[in-house]
Order: sequence, then C-alpha cells, then structure tokens
Amino acid sequence: MSTTIITTPGIATHKRAAVDWKWVVIGACVAFTIYIAVIPLAFLFWQSFRTPQTATVPAVWTLGNYAAAYGTSETFRLFLTSVQFAFGASFFSFAVGTTLAWMNERTNTPFKSIFYALSLIPLVIPSILFTVAWILLASPQIGIINQLLQNWFGLAAPPFDIYSMGGMIWVDGLHYSPMAFLLMSAAFRAMDPSLEESATMSGASVWQVLWRVTLKLTWPAIFATILILFVRSIESFEVPALLGLPVGIEVFTSSIYTAVHRYPSQVGLASAYGVALLAITTVGVYAVARLSGKGSKYATMTGKGFRPRQIDLGAWRWATASGFILYFVLIVVLPFLVLLWSSFQHFYTVPSREALRNLTLDPYRFVFTYPDLASTMWNSLVLSFGSATVVMLVTSVICWLVVKTKIPGRWLLDNIASLPLVFPGIVLGLAIMIFYLNVDIGIYGTIWIMFIAYITRFMPYGMRYNTTSMLQIHTELEESAAMCGASWTTTFRRIVLPLLKPGLVAGWIYVMIVSIRELSTSILLYSPDTRVVSIVIWELWQNGQYVELSALGVLFILLLFVLVLIARWVGGKYGIREA
Amino acid sequence: MLTVHGLYTEYPNERGDIVKAAQDVTFTVEEGRLFTLLGPSGCGKTTTLRSIAGLERPRAGEISVNDRVVFSSSKGVFVSPNRRGFGMVFQSYAIWPHMTVFENAAFPLQVGDKKYTRAQVREHVMRVLTAVQLDELADREATKLSGGPQQQLALARALVMEPALLLLDEPLSNLDAKLRDRMRFELKRLQRELKITTVYVTHDQSEALALSHEIAVMNQGRIQQIGRPRDIYENPVNQFVADFVGNTNFLDGTVIRAEVQDRCILDTDIGRLAVKFAKPVKANDRVAISIRPEDVELAESRPAGENVWQGTVEQKVFLGEAIDFRVTVGPRSLLSRQHPTLRTPVGGSIFVRVNPEKCVVFSAS
Ligand SMILES: Nc1ncnc2c1ncn2[C@@H]1O[C@H](COP(=O)(O)OP(=O)(O)OP(=O)(O)O)[C@@H](O)[C@H]1O
Ligand SMILES: [Mg+2]
Repeated sequence: MSTTIITTPGIATHKRAAVDWKWVVIGACVAFTIYIAVIPLAFLFWQSFRTPQTATVPAVWTLGNYAAAYGTSETFRLFLTSVQFAFGASFFSFAVGTTLAWMNERTNTPFKSIFYALSLIPLVIPSILFTVAWILLASPQIGIINQLLQNWFGLAAPPFDIYSMGGMIWVDGLHYSPMAFLLMSAAFRAMDPSLEESATMSGASVWQVLWRVTLKLTWPAIFATILILFVRSIESFEVPALLGLPVGIEVFTSSIYTAVHRYPSQVGLASAYGVALLAITTVGVYAVARLSGKGSKYATMTGKGFRPRQIDLGAWRWATASGFILYFVLIVVLPFLVLLWSSFQHFYTVPSREALRNLTLDPYRFVFTYPDLASTMWNSLVLSFGSATVVMLVTSVICWLVVKTKIPGRWLLDNIASLPLVFPGIVLGLAIMIFYLNVDIGIYGTIWIMFIAYITRFMPYGMRYNTTSMLQIHTELEESAAMCGASWTTTFRRIVLPLLKPGLVAGWIYVMIVSIRELSTSILLYSPDTRVVSIVIWELWQNGQYVELSALGVLFILLLFVLVLIARWVGGKYGIREA
Repeated sequence: MLTVHGLYTEYPNERGDIVKAAQDVTFTVEEGRLFTLLGPSGCGKTTTLRSIAGLERPRAGEISVNDRVVFSSSKGVFVSPNRRGFGMVFQSYAIWPHMTVFENAAFPLQVGDKKYTRAQVREHVMRVLTAVQLDELADREATKLSGGPQQQLALARALVMEPALLLLDEPLSNLDAKLRDRMRFELKRLQRELKITTVYVTHDQSEALALSHEIAVMNQGRIQQIGRPRDIYENPVNQFVADFVGNTNFLDGTVIRAEVQDRCILDTDIGRLAVKFAKPVKANDRVAISIRPEDVELAESRPAGENVWQGTVEQKVFLGEAIDFRVTVGPRSLLSRQHPTLRTPVGGSIFVRVNPEKCVVFSAS
C-alpha cells in the first residue's frame, strides 16, 4: 500500500474503504462460524422432540423418542457397552502409548529416532481399512492368524475372535495408540529434566523417580490424555460397526447408524441417542479444557537444560527395542501385508503355496475399471483440499479476533468455533442431515452438504493450530504495519498471514489428511453421485467384495502416504518440522 | 575431600559428532572448602559438575570422595547418582511443584536407604529450613515461593541428608542483582558454618572471587589455572585467565634487554616499558603484558620514576564509587580506574604511570 502514504486524500479514501472491508471480512467469518457450528446442534435438539414425518402423517411434538430411547433397560445396556468399549480402548491405547513414549524419551533403547517417525505412519491408515485388515487377520472364520495357529498346533477352535468386545478394544486401542504416544511424548518433553535429576541426586531409584516425580508431575497430562482418548473412542464408528454389529454388540454410534437406516427411518430416536452421546463428549471435552488450564502451572516451571539424562537399560534395551519392533509389526506391517496379499487374490484365501500360484491382478483391474472411481477420487480430493483451505482461512480470522482484540464476547466466539469438537462424527452427520432435510436450500444430496459437514467437523483443529501460532505474533508487528499506513486487510494479508504460515500449513496438512479419511460423518450424508473413497470401501465391505476392497485400500494407503510425504516436504520448506 | 583425576567427558551432538565437553580435568578439594569452577558459557563447567554427580558418565578418569571411589574408568567403577549421597542445587532449582516446602525438603530422607521415623524427618527438615530461614513457610506450596526462597529451599533440600559433598550449578544466576548480593553472603555464611565440602559452578567472576577458597578457571573443556582468588587475579598464567577474570589492558611487546633482579625492558606500542618477569628471556622474544585498570595510575602533574607517559583523556564513565578513564597514549588507548575525585576533563592532557611490579607478562602465544 505504498500509495496510501503519498497523498493525504489517498489516506482518507483508503481508510474509509479499509474499515468497511475489515468489518465485512470479520462479519462474514463470524456469521459463517455461528451458522455452521450452532444451527445443526439446535436442529438436533429440535428433532429429538419430533415424531417421524411420513407422506400421510405430519410430524408433531413428542417426548416419545426419549421415552423410546431411555424408557427401556436396552438403553442402559447400550450406555454400559459404550462406556465399557471406550474405557477399554482408551486405557489400552494409553498404556501402550505411554510405555512407548517413556521408552522413547527417557531410555537408551536403540533405533529410537527412526521409531518416532515410524510410529506416525499408522495415523495415515484409515480406521475402516485398519479394522478390515484385522478382520482378515483374526476373524474366527477367515482370519489368517487363526488358521495358521490352528494348522500348526492342531487347535479345534480358532484362538482369537475379533468379533467381540475384546477384539473391538484391541483394534480401536491399537489404532489410536500413536495418538497417546504423541500426547505423552509431548508431556514428557515439556518437563524440566532437572526435576527428575534432583530426585535422583536425593537418593531416589529409577522407579522412585518415575513414580514419585515423573508420573506425579505429568498427572494432569495423563488425565487429559486418557480423557481425550476416551472421548475419541466413544465417538468411534468404524470399529463398532464392523466388529460389533455382526454379533449384536451395539454402542451409541452404531445404534444411531442403524436407527437411521431402519425402515421407516427413525431419525427422532437417532437424535435422542445423539443427544446422549453429545452429553458424554461435552463433559469430557470440558474436563480436558479445565485440566489443560491447570496443567500450565506445572509446565511453566522449566529451566535451561539439555535433553534429559537417559536411563541406561543395559541388556534390557534389546528387549525394549524388540517391543518397538513387535508394535510396529502389529500396527503397520501385518495390516498392510494382509491387505496387499488379499488384493492379489481371486477370492480371499489364507496364504499357502497353492494360493501363491493363483495370484492375480483382477482386483486392481476391477478397481481401475470401477465406473465411478475417477469421480470418487475427485470428490475426496476436492473435499479435503477445499475444506482444509476454508477451515484454515476462516479460523485465522476468528483466532485473530479472539487473541488480538478486546472485543467483548470473543471468548464466546472461541467456544463456538471449538464447539464441533464435542460432536461425534456420526452425530454431526445426523444433525446436518436433519437441518438440510427440513430447511431445503437445495444442497441436500449434493457435495456441498458434505463440504459444510467437513468444515464444521474440522474447524476446531484449525482453531488450535492458528491459536498457537497467533499467540507468538507480537502485536507490535501489526502496529508497526499500521504505522506504515497499511489498512487492516493489507496488514492481515501481508503481515499476519505470512507470519502464521507455519501454523497454517501444518494445520492445513492435518485437516487435509483427516478429511480425506473421513467416514462417520459422510456415511449419513452421501448420495450415489457424491461418494468419496472411504464410502466406496464401506460399500465394498457391505457387498462382501474383500479382494477388491483390499486393492482399493492398498492404493488408498499409498496415495495417503505420498500425500503426507509431499506435505512434509512442502512443510519443510516453510520451516515446519512436524506435519 | 574430593579428588578428580584425568576426567574426560564427551557428548554426541545433533549431527553425531563428538563434543569434548571436559578434558583432562584434575583437581582436589580439601575437606570443608569451597571450590569454584569458573569459565565462559559452554566451557564445560556444568559437564564437570554433572560428571562428579554421576548424572553424566565420563569416558575416562577417576573421582573419589573421602577415599571412596565413586567413578573410575580403569577399575570399572560407576556408582549411580542416587547412591552417591551428594547434595546438588540445579540452576533452575528444580523445586517439585506438586509438593509443599516441607515435602520438598523431606524427600531425600524418605527415598534414601537410611530409614527415618516421622519425628526424625520432621526434626531434620525443620533444622535445615530454619538454617535457611524458611521454617515459617514450611507448609506453603513450593510454587508460591519467589526466587530467593526457592533458591534457599533447593539448598535446604540438598543439605538435609548431610551430604559428603555439595554441588552447586550457578545457584544465583536466576536472581535479580540485589538479591544475588544478599544470597551470596548467605551462601558463604552457611558454607563456612557447616564446613561442607562444596563445588560451585559460575560464569560470574566476582561471585567466584567473593565466595571461593580456591578457583579453577576453565576454557574449552580444560582447566587453565587453579589457585586462590588473589593468585588468579594478580598472577594469571595466561592471557585467557587475565582476560576472563576482571578487566585488563593487553599490550604486545618485544624484549629489548633482560636486566638483573628479574627485570627486563620491553618495547611496546606505547613506548619503553620496564617490567618484572621471573622467566628467563632474551632479546627479541615476543611477549604479552596485562595491566589491570586499577594499576594504571593517572596524575595531572608528571610523577617521578619510570614507565611514565603523557596521554589524552578520550572518554570518562562515571560508575558511582569509581570513574573509568579511557586515555590515549600514542596509538593505543588504556583503561584506568580512578577515584571520582580526579576531574580531568575529556580532551585534557594527563600523565600515565605503571608500576613495573604490577605488569603481568606472558610469553606470546
Ligand atoms: N547433553 C548434551 N548433549 C550434547 N552436547 C552437550 C550436552 N551438554 C553439554 N553439551 C555441550 O558441551 C559443552 C559444554 O557444556 P556445559 O553445559 O558443560 O557448559 P557450561 O560451562 O556449563 O556452560 P553454561 O555457562 O552455558 O552453563 C557445550 O559445547 C555444550 O554445547
Ligand atoms: Mg552450565
């Protein structure tokens, strides 16, 4: 805006325009956020008090849905099953993740540095593929592990049954253990190592230090991690749907799905379940937020120091290294290999010499001649790139308002933009579905409804990435731009956004990856023309086309992997270390 | 008594190269003495201290305390840090935020091998807390303490188990200037009263001079000189020590001739200079000379004796209790510290004199 400082009239006219633009941009972002985050929630509540509408009977007000949902002991069982599943999965992934994080951060286990990078790979494998892979590995009928063990040891019955509560906990907990690993690694890193060293100097043994200092000090982080994992697994849809439904183990998410897909569709009942699930996740998310506030009391006590002294495990370090390798095999190698194997078969078979002779490329042929493959891919890419871009740009404005201004009510804005965090994917899908069924603006059944759903769902992640980097931009940098005569829009575009870039790019990559894998929201919103890759995988599973599914799955994982590599490479150029 | 012999500690850095953080470190600390490791940032003081503590594992050397060997590479001895029974105060104090003041100080008694009853713990802890004047705050949350008391608590915690050796890593560097002065006296009093063998790490030379019985000046992982504070200040063995401990003026010189009684005459940038130098020299040897600012005498009228030059006042810096003059002599400018009563204006002419006894001469490196 070099012209603005030259002549006085220039400043005057420019200023007027600039002020207007500022409020247009801010107003649009705020309105968009409120629209997107609040309205579906309201409609979900509204719907839960309505009877189903049919051609002959109009909908009326009722408490019947809640009566149906909570009047039976069935619901109590549903609640117990959900909580049991979520507790099991979250504690399992917490235990695995924390052990790994401790070994990685505090011991001299060999090959740790490679391990850190490897442990992030599972996060790119979509839940549905991970679950399918474990069905192929450990189902009583076709599971490779079961069959091999039965052949080797002459067992009468298959030793593992993946279609059980234990199996669900195993698959879900294992798949999300990298998240626990990341959260706990961060917690261990945030701690001033001299707090542990001074305990050692006081005469405490390794275990006394671990118990009385390390774990006690990371307690807020531990509790927050467990809560996050709990909320996440109670929202989990793929695992309960694929492993639980066939044997009648229902949790809230899978019940919502079946209620919608029943004939006639029981949207009201689904909403009543949705409200219950929402209540649980809201309490969880609120508690996490409270805890993180409290945790900062401990986090600020850091001093200067190099990386902490590592505990010498002696010969035990080979045991921990083997643990790492076993973990990696269970979480990446086996699932991927089993998909790869079955993708070269005519129909799903256990590996054997004979099966090896019958390898075929037919499943890949099927995938590539699949009529809608191109448009499905296109939908997935457009949706993920588009929603990542919109999310990051809108939340950058919202974050600016929240962090940099003193506008009254900004805390409310912050909370509204983070509100979708409490929505389990399937509940969000339900709420959006209800809203656009009732308010017909012509987007129901189009790709736009999914676009809106993705933006809503992932807005909180955008908020988190942007807030972190916004806090680091000193207000004086903006003020000095203003002193140079730049308008607000110019300052935002030329100063704030470039400085936010590392956070923006990292957040963009994250949102892009999670939205390309999205299933639980899309499953209630897609139409035949707007299918995405994860939906096609779901349909193939429903049709029993396992080998075709495997071929598509292998390609999808490779695509995601390449996307992540590109993203990291691009991110590296912008000075981001972890994507 | 602590003896450290031939200590060598290295680290791998991020690129996998080896950083030799402490090399051939050898010294002895007599019972009840305060020994200081002094040196610039990154010279290996903390590394040496942590090696003594057992928090780092040296590659070579031997460390023993009161004739108990706690580390020896040749004998394959490594006593783990929690079995050494040393007290240590970290630079960040490392006060545990989830415990009260009392619990922090009681921790070493609770985890050690020796078992104490509750009453004994209480008695021991209250005794040290009283010694550092924290007894009133025993039930306070530790994080609610401000800097000074936190430092005192860290000290109390290190002292409560009556350690054979006390290790202090820059314990005053996180305090503001006023508090630092007070704590310095406090620390000295406590150490002298308890007569506890202490190794003290600092990069602040005035702290080292004020507190220590003996000082080791380190640079790039090696000890440059060990001596009492006065020796180090007045007779530095090389340019690094002279430069690091206190301010000084350096001159380069060439020997013109050696004279009797350890005297020689040098040719320098500012002219002829007579110095006292014990080492034998011959004509044309190159040397370096260090002259402390307080040994550069200034006078408005020409003083008698040798080593007198005429100069011009170039700059004055008023420091309160003293005034620093920068005086140009020939092509050089010398720093001189004077009593504020000297009022020669900037640009004024002034006479400079240096006592030959006060010139410290090194063979040029
Ligand atoms: N854990 C470590 N890993 C790698 N290098 C290290 C580590 N600790 C110290 N170093 C390196 O060893 C050298 C000596 O470090 P040390 O901490 O002993 O210095 P110091 O004298 O205590 O300095 P300061 O006054 O800054 O505390 C430095 O070059 C430092 O970078
Ligand atoms: Mg240090």
